[in-house]
Amino acid sequence: MAKATFSVWRGDKSAGAFKDYSTEVSEGMVVLDAVHQIQAEAAPDLACRWNCKAGKCGSCSAEINGMPKLMCMTRLNTLDLSKPVTIEPMKAFPLVRDLVTDVSWNFRVKKTIKKFKPRKPDAADGTWRVHNDDIERPQEMRKCIECFLCQNVCHVLRDHAKHEEFIGPRFFVYTAALEMNPIDDENRVDDLKAKHGIGYCNITKCCTKVCPEHITITDNAIIPLKERVVDEHYDPLKKLLKVFTGK
Amino acid sequence: MAEFQTHEHDVLVIGAGGAGLRAAIEASSAGVSVGLLTKSLLGKAHTVMAEGGMAAAMANVDDRDSWKVHFADTMRGGQYLNNWRMAELHAQQAPDRVRELEAWGAVFDRTKDGRILQRNFGGHRYPRLAHVGDRTGLEMIRTLQDHGIHTGMTVYMEHTVAALLKDGNKIAGAVGYDREKGQLRVFRAKAVVLATGGIGRAYKITSNSWEYTGDGHALAYQAGADLVDMEFVQFHPTGMVWPPSVRGILVTEGVRGEGGVLRNKDGKRFMFDDIPDNYKPQTADKEEEGWRYVTGDKNARRPPELLTRDHVARCINREVKAGRGSPHGGVFLDIAWIKEKIPNAPEHIRKKLPSMYHQFKQLADLDITTTPMEVGPTTHYIMGGVKVNGDTQMSTVPGLFAAGEVAGGLHGANRLGGNSLSDLIVFGKLAGEHAAKYAKENGVGQVHQDQVDAAAKALLAPFERGASAESPYKVQYDLQDNMQALVGIVRKEDEMLKALDVIEGLKKRAEVVGIAGTREYNPGWHTAFDLGNLLTCAEAVTRAAIERKESRGGHFRDDYPTKDEKVFGTFNTVIRKGPDGKMQLERVPLTPMPQHLKDAIEQEKK
Ligand SMILES: Cc1cc2nc3c(=O)[nH]c(=O)nc-3n(C[C@H](O)[C@H](O)[C@H](O)COP(=O)(O)OP(=O)(O)OC[C@H]3O[C@@H](n4cnc5c(N)ncnc54)[C@H](O)[C@@H]3O)c2cc1C
Ligand code: SF4
Ligand code: SF4
Ligand code: FES
Repeated sequence: MAKATFSVWRGDKSAGAFKDYSTEVSEGMVVLDAVHQIQAEAAPDLACRWNCKAGKCGSCSAEINGMPKLMCMTRLNTLDLSKPVTIEPMKAFPLVRDLVTDVSWNFRVKKTIKKFKPRKPDAADGTWRVHNDDIERPQEMRKCIECFLCQNVCHVLRDHAKHEEFIGPRFFVYTAALEMNPIDDENRVDDLKAKHGIGYCNITKCCTKVCPEHITITDNAIIPLKERVVDEHYDPLKKLLKVFTGK
Repeated sequence: MAEFQTHEHDVLVIGAGGAGLRAAIEASSAGVSVGLLTKSLLGKAHTVMAEGGMAAAMANVDDRDSWKVHFADTMRGGQYLNNWRMAELHAQQAPDRVRELEAWGAVFDRTKDGRILQRNFGGHRYPRLAHVGDRTGLEMIRTLQDHGIHTGMTVYMEHTVAALLKDGNKIAGAVGYDREKGQLRVFRAKAVVLATGGIGRAYKITSNSWEYTGDGHALAYQAGADLVDMEFVQFHPTGMVWPPSVRGILVTEGVRGEGGVLRNKDGKRFMFDDIPDNYKPQTADKEEEGWRYVTGDKNARRPPELLTRDHVARCINREVKAGRGSPHGGVFLDIAWIKEKIPNAPEHIRKKLPSMYHQFKQLADLDITTTPMEVGPTTHYIMGGVKVNGDTQMSTVPGLFAAGEVAGGLHGANRLGGNSLSDLIVFGKLAGEHAAKYAKENGVGQVHQDQVDAAAKALLAPFERGASAESPYKVQYDLQDNMQALVGIVRKEDEMLKALDVIEGLKKRAEVVGIAGTREYNPGWHTAFDLGNLLTCAEAVTRAAIERKESRGGHFRDDYPTKDEKVFGTFNTVIRKGPDGKMQLERVPLTPMPQHLKDAIEQEKK
């Protein structure tokens, strides 16, 4: 059977380099299979994250031939195997080791977003009535598997390192899911502008392009949120209403 | 003596899947300090992979449903070996737990009148599974995670527990290490909740991830707790079989719930050939009636594709062995055929089964809206686990609780689809509640240094032996081959005895595995550590399976192909560590069921 070469980033914070491994390729293999084979054959301490191997958990994000992807969903037959396939860690986060990065910043950011707050139930038994038409949008946002690939490609984080002022596309998706939830009663619009840096996004759509869940991050999450920010902040009538209704 | 960082909590929850998160939320809200540990990042546990839905008798779609019917279905599915008290509580409390998820932000699919939609699943009499397309587990784990982080718990991501600590007969905490730095940690706690999931990695073909190495089962066993029903492993009938690299990945039962049918290579719907007597009254005998059932006709009976998983898996096995399988050793699962019945079928399929659509498209170059899938059985779930008190979820070790897949009892000999996700939230809550209560009533135990040192020594030994010693990956592969071949879906006495020999040999090899590299994020180290747990679980499954000389639920014996109510229908197998350090097995008689539950079962037999 045919062999292919994988050029895998090995190293930690202090130093590192690409190292070539050659391994056998069989039908249907994905990049993660190749990494596992390399671990078993040649590099038992090669660090990588994975869980589901089916594109459902968002653990195995990496840059394959420079493209941000899930390793478990990248078939080898979609890559040019005549030259070494490069596999490297995501760049927008500090390296831990090899293919593993420190993504803990994302978990801290999430905590700063106001949590879900249900409105009063519709029925006497404490439940809500929600129509199918109203769940499509939030459900699109809730498909997110937290792979953080969108965070990885966003230039505001990757090139400008605005991690302290900007929550990144993943958390605009998260905020949008909450804001669009027909049962939610919280208001996160002020935070979006003041604390979460939505103004930094200049709609390059790079995030949307890499999302393995095909969430239309910019069109369906960020732009509607930006519109809300504009509405609330520049519409005097809305502002006045806000004072009276508390929303 | 090794260096340790020490943490202290009232309640330590090991595992951050649905069960662990729900337990941690409950304990936190009871006002005690909670530490939550997970081997992976938060939100990546197995629960995230669940697809089809969670079972709860809310009666939103069919008002004939009630907790009693759900209870009876669960008991029948489990062939009456279930802990009836757990089955009762589960059926009664699941609806509230599901509604609570909505109040915490979950967005379920809806009925026309705006309530939570429920779908059909194998073994459930009425449409009962609350769901979100085919990514229900993601919805559950994300909802619990996003709610949980605001309740005050401390989350330790990428931390692995290697041993439980005891003070006398009571639990005192745990020892483990963090993956990033490889530093050893001691967690002192008044109560510990195990929520570590299953053991699927003991088998070669499995739907389970690297995490499923039976850690919780082994930790409990080593700490002296009883394990129950370990012979009952669920082989899900529909895993992917082609291409080889995806073999075992799950194809949700939801495909059949939406009208998918099983055919052999001659195009025959072979499930009609073998309908067990106790399911005959509820099963369609004509294709037409089966279709009416999946499209919501309340007067129709379910198609035989929706019989319990153990049965469907064996029928597929039979077709393949008889030479009637698909090209790659499975059978065909066809959902595309519904285009004969409904307009815009492809769109409907993509809407109802989006992640299946993508899974096949991306991993197998196959469009399920036009082409049948190839599927075959895959190791999926373990019914057996830590034996717990049905009301409190406490194990036989004081202060040690268990919930979710690692706990045994609810599912008896076979679990119904959808009954796991509901199990997690019902018993996760109860475990959290009772662990908090226990922590309030009991002081913190003493940590004994000898236990800590022993755990550290065992953990670090593979480094000392170095890379030239046996490879942990090799031992793991050999174990998986052994279990798959000798203690799999069809079992025989002589093969299982052989398996025990092989396991003994592997234990010796596991003791001499070595690894290279540093302690920082080293997967080889993790694999070396996992071996001990996997081997303990493999041995427990094998011993219990040898003891049960009959066929029931997930346990099928070629040499005893029928059910034997007189002898084997009267007890559960219980495994524990004997005083000599060897594995002991006991037959523990079932406790008598109260009359009102017996009545509920009789009622549903009609
Ligand atoms: C593909 C698939 C689809 C499924 N679909 C359904 C479905 O539709 N409906 C249904 O009801 N069930 C389904 N199931 C079954 C169900 O998903 C699982 O049984 C359930 O999610 C298990 O949850 P849990 O909370 O017990 O454990 P898990 O979610 O597996 O969590 C275990 C946790 O324990 C941690 N852990 C383990 N060992 C250690 C250790 N040593 N130290 C520290 N932490 C540790 C892990 O890191 C993880 O956080 C499905 C299963 C699979 C694999
Ligand atoms: S569209 Fe906005 S959030 Fe997305 S990558 Fe571009 S700048 Fe970042
Ligand atoms: S929005 Fe898409 S790319 Fe971003 S984290 Fe979620 S799934 Fe990944
Ligand atoms: S391993 Fe889960 S997304 Fe790749």
